[in-house]
Amino acid sequence: MSARTLFEKLWDAHLVAPESADTPAILYIDLHLVHEVTSPQAFDELRGRGLPLRRPDRTLATLDHSTPTLPPGPDGERPYANAEAKAQVATLEANCAEFGIELHGWDSSDRGIVHVIGPELGATQPGMTIVCGDSHTSTHGAFGALAFGIGTTEVGHVMATQCLLQRKPKTLAIHVDGALPKGVGAKDLILHIIGQIGVDGGTGHVIEYRGPAIEALSMEERMTVCNMSIEAGARAGLIAPDATTFAWLKGRPHAPQGADWDAAVAAWRALPSDEGARYDREVRIDASQIRPTVTYGTHPGMAIAMDTPVPAPRNAVEQRALDYMQARAGHAMQGMPVDVVFVGSCTNSRLSDLREAAEVLRGRRVADGVRMLVVPGSEAVRRDAEREGLHEVFAAAGAEWRVPGCSMCIAMNGDLAQPGQLVVSTSNRNFEGRQGKGARTVLASPATAAASAVAGRIADPRGYMNQEQAA
Amino acid sequence: MKPVTRIHSRTAVLADENIDTDRIIPARFLTTTTREGLGRRCFNDWRYQADGSDNPAFPLNRPEAKGCAILVAGRNFGCGSSREHAPWALLDYGIQAVLCSEIADIFRNNALKNGLLAIVVSEAEHHWLLEHPGVELAIDVREQHISLPDGGRIRFQLERFARHCLLEGVDQLGFLLQHAETITRYEFQHEEHAA
Ligand code: SF4
Repeated sequence: MSARTLFEKLWDAHLVAPESADTPAILYIDLHLVHEVTSPQAFDELRGRGLPLRRPDRTLATLDHSTPTLPPGPDGERPYANAEAKAQVATLEANCAEFGIELHGWDSSDRGIVHVIGPELGATQPGMTIVCGDSHTSTHGAFGALAFGIGTTEVGHVMATQCLLQRKPKTLAIHVDGALPKGVGAKDLILHIIGQIGVDGGTGHVIEYRGPAIEALSMEERMTVCNMSIEAGARAGLIAPDATTFAWLKGRPHAPQGADWDAAVAAWRALPSDEGARYDREVRIDASQIRPTVTYGTHPGMAIAMDTPVPAPRNAVEQRALDYMQARAGHAMQGMPVDVVFVGSCTNSRLSDLREAAEVLRGRRVADGVRMLVVPGSEAVRRDAEREGLHEVFAAAGAEWRVPGCSMCIAMNGDLAQPGQLVVSTSNRNFEGRQGKGARTVLASPATAAASAVAGRIADPRGYMNQEQAA
Repeated sequence: MKPVTRIHSRTAVLADENIDTDRIIPARFLTTTTREGLGRRCFNDWRYQADGSDNPAFPLNRPEAKGCAILVAGRNFGCGSSREHAPWALLDYGIQAVLCSEIADIFRNNALKNGLLAIVVSEAEHHWLLEHPGVELAIDVREQHISLPDGGRIRFQLERFARHCLLEGVDQLGFLLQHAETITRYEFQHEEHAA
């Protein structure tokens, strides 16, 4: 057989029926992740047609988007943003009960952001196809799984048939050579990549991130990179599974156990792209040149090193974006005054992210007039962080330590910024109004976010890290 | 889905590039559990002023844009989230087709599944359309062309299955369900080692 890429192996292994000129392929889906926002209409579709949900055992649900991140009040009531949000959560609870789906709801010790808990539970595994009615499903590609976001109509298709109608996407290899410099992390890397290839640089493609700088990343860092593939317009992001992947997964509740584990690892070892496999496009990035990177405009492709002057707008739309952000061409983003700092979201809310932020904050205080929110990605992250005392570091610094959820990443649960406020955010989208109407978002790493909270201005975290950590 | 064969309308233009799904429908309106009535929230934060009145600077609020069913948008329309609320909102608002030189993948897929024509045209044609708001167009799905008032034509590509579904009003879930036996066979072959 000819040399195949990781993507082609995943694609071929899940073909229920191949594509033809007239019809798309029928692709089998191994794992369907469900949350409250994009599922209600799909459940209605099933009910309307009198259909069962085909594979409850391949379906996993959680509550994350509309959920409050403040604990229940004295009356036991959770502080929902509005009655609709509360009803949406209740709708998912009822739907999961009716269709027999495992729901990590309020009473689960594993509840959290859908893209954080899938991997944490070991439900996300190499070689799988994984979908969710959420574009950041690309996160799971870090494990060598073909994972992508779908709309609600397709959520219904998967519920009823465990399959999707799909045309085969193209492949884009992004080779990351060299090593990331000290104090520069996965978030800086992916912002840099999107800044290079553009918000539509990956449209129609599945990206495979390769090369020594990628192999050197931890699983958490790989998830950060794959998470933002969609911000380059890509269908999915992939990283080949290796020893790092296997070590991370071993022993997790949904991961194979015993002899099954050994068989699974043997199969996973065959997944990486073959020598000589061809991609439709290839891009090379030099990791050693990357510095702490932030966005300066209103989409993630408008990203540069924070100490570099903001480029002159090329057209009226870019001018409008700079005006909206109150960024000035020719001036660096570093030093811009900050109102709110958000550490969280499926991009950067795992334990390693919180440690990174805490390291900067330890023994320091959030600047006067700055509000900082730290929202762990899951109950497990919250537990682990509290065991290490990170919550105390945040509290001592004057930051708010919240209950897990999407929170200010999408600002639909009531956590939001006021018009005109500048938010340094570890999330993935800096669209106009994403974090509240009129709010200005600067995307950054957890270290940059924490340093900016302390400085009250966008700040280079390298001056705030201890020697060992910066090393 | 009802069949979609022909759309005849003047165009309205939103020339911004990268109009994302948060602009089409802001996230705070996603707490709904139905798909109806989202048109009111379409482009909400762009379309209304702080006091709730229409923003005169929003191009679709201009009198000449009223009733236009064809939207010509800047490059990379629909980027961002997978929320199907975006095409639902556009359709409910009265938009039946979006023309653009590049449309984000998930949005395009969601749009076509709901009978919203998401059509990619060449850069030159896109440029011309952006420069000529209000032009009267007739989009023919069967022939895959757009007729201009001067008799000129713009040809466009449409994935064959999507075109078939639009023309015949095919129910894609119904189509998948016809393959239930093949799916069962696949599951049997791939899961026999398990358990
Ligand atoms: S954290 Fe943000 S990007 Fe991630 S799933 Fe939640 S809303 Fe979507």
